[in-house]
Amino acid sequence: MKVKDVPQDTTFLGDVRAVSYAVTDEGKYSLTPSTGWSAVSQANDVAWEVINEDVEIALDSIAAGNHSPLAYHMAKHQMDVPLLASYAKLPKWRVKRHLKAKIYHKLSPAILARYAEVFNIAVSELDQLPSA
Amino acid sequence: MSVDFQHFQSAHCESGVTSNLFINYNQPLSEALAFGIGGGAFFGYFPFVKVNKLPLTTFRTAPGAILKKTIKRLGATLAVKRFRNQAKAQDQLNELVDQGTPVVLQTSVYWLPYFPPALRFHFNAHNLIVFGREGNEYLISDPVFETPVRCTAKDLQRARFATGPLGPRGRMSYFTSEPKDTDKAKAVRLGIKEACFKMTKMPVPFMGSRGIHMMANKIEKWPEVLGEKSARQHLAQLIRMMEEIGTGGGAFRFIYAAFLMEAAEILNRPALKELSREMTDIGDHWRQFALMGAKRCKNREDKDFSYAKLANIAHQCADREHQFFNQLAKQIS
Repeated sequence: MKVKDVPQDTTFLGDVRAVSYAVTDEGKYSLTPSTGWSAVSQANDVAWEVINEDVEIALDSIAAGNHSPLAYHMAKHQMDVPLLASYAKLPKWRVKRHLKAKIYHKLSPAILARYAEVFNIAVSELDQLPSA
Repeated sequence: MSVDFQHFQSAHCESGVTSNLFINYNQPLSEALAFGIGGGAFFGYFPFVKVNKLPLTTFRTAPGAILKKTIKRLGATLAVKRFRNQAKAQDQLNELVDQGTPVVLQTSVYWLPYFPPALRFHFNAHNLIVFGREGNEYLISDPVFETPVRCTAKDLQRARFATGPLGPRGRMSYFTSEPKDTDKAKAVRLGIKEACFKMTKMPVPFMGSRGIHMMANKIEKWPEVLGEKSARQHLAQLIRMMEEIGTGGGAFRFIYAAFLMEAAEILNRPALKELSREMTDIGDHWRQFALMGAKRCKNREDKDFSYAKLANIAHQCADREHQFFNQLAKQIS
């Protein structure tokens, strides 16, 4: 890739610039700043589509009364049960229970505080869900 | 309190911290040289290991290996510590930083607030250097960024103790004594030898050029085996491993080509310059793959596209890399 060909597309990098290795006219390598390549943005978009889909599925399930708000936060933070369990320092079977709407409403403040801490929010924000 | 730290932006975090660390100990070492000495170029396709539910494909050597091997091959020693106790980890970091010692940390990127939001995934093998602290904030030389950044103690702790695969466990590394100036020729040879072996002679089908062929065969069957939707997700993941995660472009092949240019001078082997150009071409070939794949990611209706065409490009890259690394091995034998 020549220096002049290094893409300077509008990407998720925004104002940030990464550097790529590109070849100068003299045949030497130069670390060249780049605002990004659209191809990478397109691939990155697909990864986010998956996450956003998981969030939507969680929100629908919560609205239907099946899952608890924890399902939304878990999806938003790209976690699954094992990962959430390791962050909350709880066994997986308990996290699975807490994901159920019926169980969630009976959870102690201490347990709720643990989850809030993992998600970096106040306990009161656990129940604040985006409108579907 | 902060060290007078020289920060240089790099393409890749691990080779970047290695380079920046040496530079700040008055041992000039470019990122490309660090990458190559550490045996950086590689290929592995591990469908039995999942990252974000998708098969792991890597175009560089194992996480941590570049730093470790470059240090060793340059005759230096790094103190490496991991912690169970998070408070102790923070105390030790503070102690080192306050006495002017720059510290390499392994962290997650997910919990680093200065990362562009689109890049914040649960990836736990990121590297950065802490070189100072002011109040509640640390001064960080994160090599993939243009200038040093700041991060609160709370956020950095989270990043240091992120859980999940390749969890850092507070891992930190630092020099206990000044690295000495060494003759780089031997280190360069060892790095090249390692890369050549791993790309052409590994006795397993999922590494090296054989691994690329294996992946290509899988790619061709993706729509049939995975369905279109999942195939597209797998493809996106692959493109990201080639170009998004700080590869310097061309699936790390450009940075390796830059290394070979330097190696040519160090070993006094002009033939390595020619090989550097071939490596650049191979990197461009991988970018053709990425471009074709990205078009598919954006537009599912692209009639010209087929996974067979994509697989074909990968097979071509595999053949070229096999031939390339065999030729490279001859140059240093």
